[in-house]
Amino acid sequence: MSPLLAQVEIRERSDTCVADNGFCPDWIADNFDRYVDPFFQHVLLTVVAMAIGFAISFTLALIAYRKRWLINPVTQVTGILYTVPSIAAFFLLLPITGRGFLTATIALVSYVLLIIFRNVLTGLDNVPADIKDAGRGMGLTERQLLWRVEVPLALPEIMAGLRIAATTTVGLATLAFFAGAGGLGEQIFADITFKSNVVVAGVLAVLLAAILDGLILLAQRAVTPWTRAVASA
Amino acid sequence: MSTTIAFLGQFGDAVDFIFNERESPAGGAQVGGLGEIWELMWEHLKLSAAAMAIACVLSIPLGLWLGHIGKGGFLAINASNVGRAVPSLALIAFFVAYIGVGFTNLTLALVLLAIPPILTNAYTGVRQVERDTVDAARGMGMTGPQIVRRVELPLALPLIFGGIRISAVNVVATATIAPLAGVITLGDPIINVNTYGDEGRLAAAIVVALLAVATEVLLGLVQRAVTPKGLKLEAGGSARRLAIPIKRKEATT
Repeated sequence: MSPLLAQVEIRERSDTCVADNGFCPDWIADNFDRYVDPFFQHVLLTVVAMAIGFAISFTLALIAYRKRWLINPVTQVTGILYTVPSIAAFFLLLPITGRGFLTATIALVSYVLLIIFRNVLTGLDNVPADIKDAGRGMGLTERQLLWRVEVPLALPEIMAGLRIAATTTVGLATLAFFAGAGGLGEQIFADITFKSNVVVAGVLAVLLAAILDGLILLAQRAVTPWTRAVASA
Repeated sequence: MSTTIAFLGQFGDAVDFIFNERESPAGGAQVGGLGEIWELMWEHLKLSAAAMAIACVLSIPLGLWLGHIGKGGFLAINASNVGRAVPSLALIAFFVAYIGVGFTNLTLALVLLAIPPILTNAYTGVRQVERDTVDAARGMGMTGPQIVRRVELPLALPLIFGGIRISAVNVVATATIAPLAGVITLGDPIINVNTYGDEGRLAAAIVVALLAVATEVLLGLVQRAVTPKGLKLEAGGSARRLAIPIKRKEATT
């Protein structure tokens, strides 16, 4: 179904509730399937952007952790990318990468870089010096120290950054339809004055943000069992 | 002008659109040119400024007060988490469908968007003031309101402005979709591409991007200006201290 067709068909005026623009549970039940594809487009946009964004900013943070002079330039560049509104970024990229998933993903990735970079770096910086000394005393090399001591202890901060990035990306992905990448925003935009439509698409987006947030929180609990041990002790 | 920047391709055309008006691709009216861009930007700024002003007036006193009495932390901190989870497009669509379009309604929607980061940062700003400092002020005979005004507020200012900065950039960005609610901002060429053409849309994207970056930079300068001298000295002290402001800021990004 083309987007144009969806826009025309979204309201059947024969239904009185719909014609009066009320909140219509019956209409929602009958038409829920039109939100399924946009929902999964939304999930895909968010997850792909998060994965790429994490890979880039985690690597940058590890490098900047050793080479401190990199912190300022990386923060400034990612800060500008973070500040440029994604709706503007979509159209700035359009002449270069064209309409579609790629453009939307680049814009979303550029937005999460600063958030994750800053949190990874803060997490690493907050590892107490005496713990690192203890690791070195046990004969760990710098590389072993990083992966076995510093990164694990930075995980709560890193995961907190991922949670912020995930919820923000879900929100921004509602604008991805401007770049031709679909998502729940396309449904909202298709009939922005129709109450039932706005509520279903909006609630699905909030729900997706909450689910991703919860999943990352669960993952955090799973990979940092010691934080619970301390809390319950 | 158009020949000198033609090598930039579509970006050149877009820049040309900012400076010179032309006939609309839909026919009839003239579009583009500094006059029109300025008009759209003025509406954009008016909307953003109105929303920010109301949001500041509501959330700074509330955040200071909650921080001072040390209650409502759950509300103040979670406001940001909830605010982040609601997409700005969904919020505006909700207003369009349920409350109505127009400048006042949209301002209200943007106020809701702007409150959480400011509230959270005002609260956190007061809470992170060392209790010894507050006790010392009390020992000197200051009353509650005096402590808020002369001790907690100045020490919380950098963080409060951090919150204002986050909100302002977000509001400027979101004002771009204001034409969906009937307010003609810089987003108009983006949403009504038939009237303005592709160059107009790209031109608006360029101006919106610059406006957001300018907002961020300008408020960053203000933030630095209002930071008490003592705090600046402390922050510049050693490499280890540097990590702490970064972390605190993160609370509401």
